[in-house]
Amino acid sequence: MKSNRIRLLAGPYLAWAIAFIIIPLVMVFYYGLTDKNGMFTFDNVLAIARPEHIKSLWIALLLALISTIICILLAYPLAMILVNMKGNSDKFIVLIFILPMWMNFLLRTMAWQTLLENDGVINSILKFMHLPTLTLINTPYAIIFGMIYNFLPFMVLPLYNVLKKIDPNVINAARDLGANSVQTFLHITLPLSVPGIISGITMVFVPSLTTFVVSDLLGGSKILLIGNVIEQEFTSNSNWHLGSGLSIVLMIFIVISMIVTAIFDKDGEGNAL
Amino acid sequence: MKTVLKRIYVGLIFLFLYAPMFTLIVFSFNQSKSRARWGGFTFKWYIKLFSNEEVLAAFTNTMMLALLSALIATVIGTIAALAINKMKKADKSIIMGVTNIPMLNAEIVTGISLMLLFLYFKVRFGFMTILLSHITFNIPYVILSVMPRIKQLNSSTYEAALDLGANPLYAFYKVVLPDIMPGIISGFLMAFTMSLDDFIITHFTKGPGVDTLSTKIYAQVKKGVNPEMYALSTIIFISVLILLILINLLPQKMGKKKTEK
Repeated sequence: MKSNRIRLLAGPYLAWAIAFIIIPLVMVFYYGLTDKNGMFTFDNVLAIARPEHIKSLWIALLLALISTIICILLAYPLAMILVNMKGNSDKFIVLIFILPMWMNFLLRTMAWQTLLENDGVINSILKFMHLPTLTLINTPYAIIFGMIYNFLPFMVLPLYNVLKKIDPNVINAARDLGANSVQTFLHITLPLSVPGIISGITMVFVPSLTTFVVSDLLGGSKILLIGNVIEQEFTSNSNWHLGSGLSIVLMIFIVISMIVTAIFDKDGEGNAL
Repeated sequence: MKTVLKRIYVGLIFLFLYAPMFTLIVFSFNQSKSRARWGGFTFKWYIKLFSNEEVLAAFTNTMMLALLSALIATVIGTIAALAINKMKKADKSIIMGVTNIPMLNAEIVTGISLMLLFLYFKVRFGFMTILLSHITFNIPYVILSVMPRIKQLNSSTYEAALDLGANPLYAFYKVVLPDIMPGIISGFLMAFTMSLDDFIITHFTKGPGVDTLSTKIYAQVKKGVNPEMYALSTIIFISVLILLILINLLPQKMGKKKTEK
C-alpha cells in the first residue's frame, strides 16, 4: 500500500519523459520517414548515399576516429601518472586537468581559431622566427586539434577513475612474481582498465562524430561533417524531413557505440559521472 | 630520470590545455584588434563588453535558465528517484533506460528532436522552449546523483520515526531528506553547470531574439575577430578557476563524496 503510493510520485517525471524524451524521438522517425505531403518514404534515410552526404559521414567518422585514438594515447599515460601521484595534492592536480571542461565550449574552440588562423598566433611566431608559415585553419588538422582539445578531459576522467580503483597489491603481486613493468602493464593494468577506455571512447567518439560547432569554427565552410549537414537542413534549408532522415542514420552509429559500451562495461565501472 | 620524463609529459599536456586560454587572456588586454601584434595594454574591450546590452541580456538569460532549469529538474528528479527506487525491477530498468537516452544520445539529435516537437505542436520558440529543453536534459543528472544516496538509505530509521509518532511527511523531512541531501545538492550543481555550458540544444530550441551567452558567442565568432569575446573568456575563466578552488578548499565538510564528478 505504502510503496504503491510512493510509486505514484513517479507520475510527473513519467509524464515529462514521455512528452520530452519519447515523443520527440518518435517525431524524428516520423519526419525522417515521411515526405512533405506526409507520405511514407525511405528517401530521406537513403539520401545518405548521395555523394555529398556519404562524403560528410565518411570524413566525420575518420576525424572522430583519429581524434579518439590520439585522445587515448595522450590520456592514458597522463591518467597513470596522476593516479601514482602521492599526497593530497593529487585531487587538485586532477582538477587542473578537467578544469577546461567547465570553460564554455565555444570559447575553447574560439581559442584555437585564434591560434591557428593564417594571421594567428602560431603563424606570427613562425614569421618572427623567419620560418615558412602554415595553413592550419580550415583544414582537417584544425578540426582534429579542436576535437582533441575539447574532448580530452572526457577521456582523462574515466581512465583516471578506473585506474584509481586498481588495487596496488595486485600490481605488487605481479611484480613479486617476476613480471617486469611492461608485462605488468599488459597483463594487469591494461585489462583492468578496459571499462574506462571504453567509456572514454564513447565520451569522445560520439560528440566528435556528431559535432558541427568544431568543424564550423575551425573548418570554415569548406569541410562539412555529417553534423554540419544535419544542422544546415534544420536551420538554413528548413528541410526537416531530410535532416531527420540523416539523423536516423547518425543514431545507428550512436546505438552501435552504446551497445559496445554495454558489452564491455556491464557494471558501469568506467562511468565518469 | 623517470620522474623528470613524467614531469615533462604532464607539463606538456598542461601547456596544451592552458596555452589557448592564456592566449585569450593576453589578447583581451591588447589595444590592437590584430592577433599578430601587441598594440599596448588596454581595458577597452572589457568596458565595451560591459556596455554591450545584448551580451548583458544573454548573460541574464543564461543565469535565469541555469537556475530555473536546475531547480525544477532537482525537484522532479528527486521525487522521481524516490519513486523509482520502490519500483519492481522490470519497471525500474525501463524507466532508467529512458532516463539514459538524453545522456547517451548525441546532443544534436536531442536538439532537433525537441525542435521538431515544438514545431509540430506550433509552440512559439523563445525562452520557454529553451527552459523546457534544459529541464529535460538536466533531470537525468539529478536522478543519477540522488539514486545512489537513496539506495544507501537505512529504511529502519524512517520506520522508527513513524513508530515514534511522526507522520510520513515529517519523518521524510527529518530523516530521509538530510540523508540524501548531498546527492540532491550535487545533482543541482551538475544540472546548473550543464545548463550553463549548453550550446547545441539551445541552438535548436531558441527563438529569434532570445540568446544565451553560448548562442551569442557563436554568432559573434562566426562574424569574425572580436576582442570583446576574449574579455568574456577571461572573466569566465577566472570565475570558474575561483569557484573550483573554493570548492576544493572547503570540501570534506559537506558530506564526503560529491558523487564523483
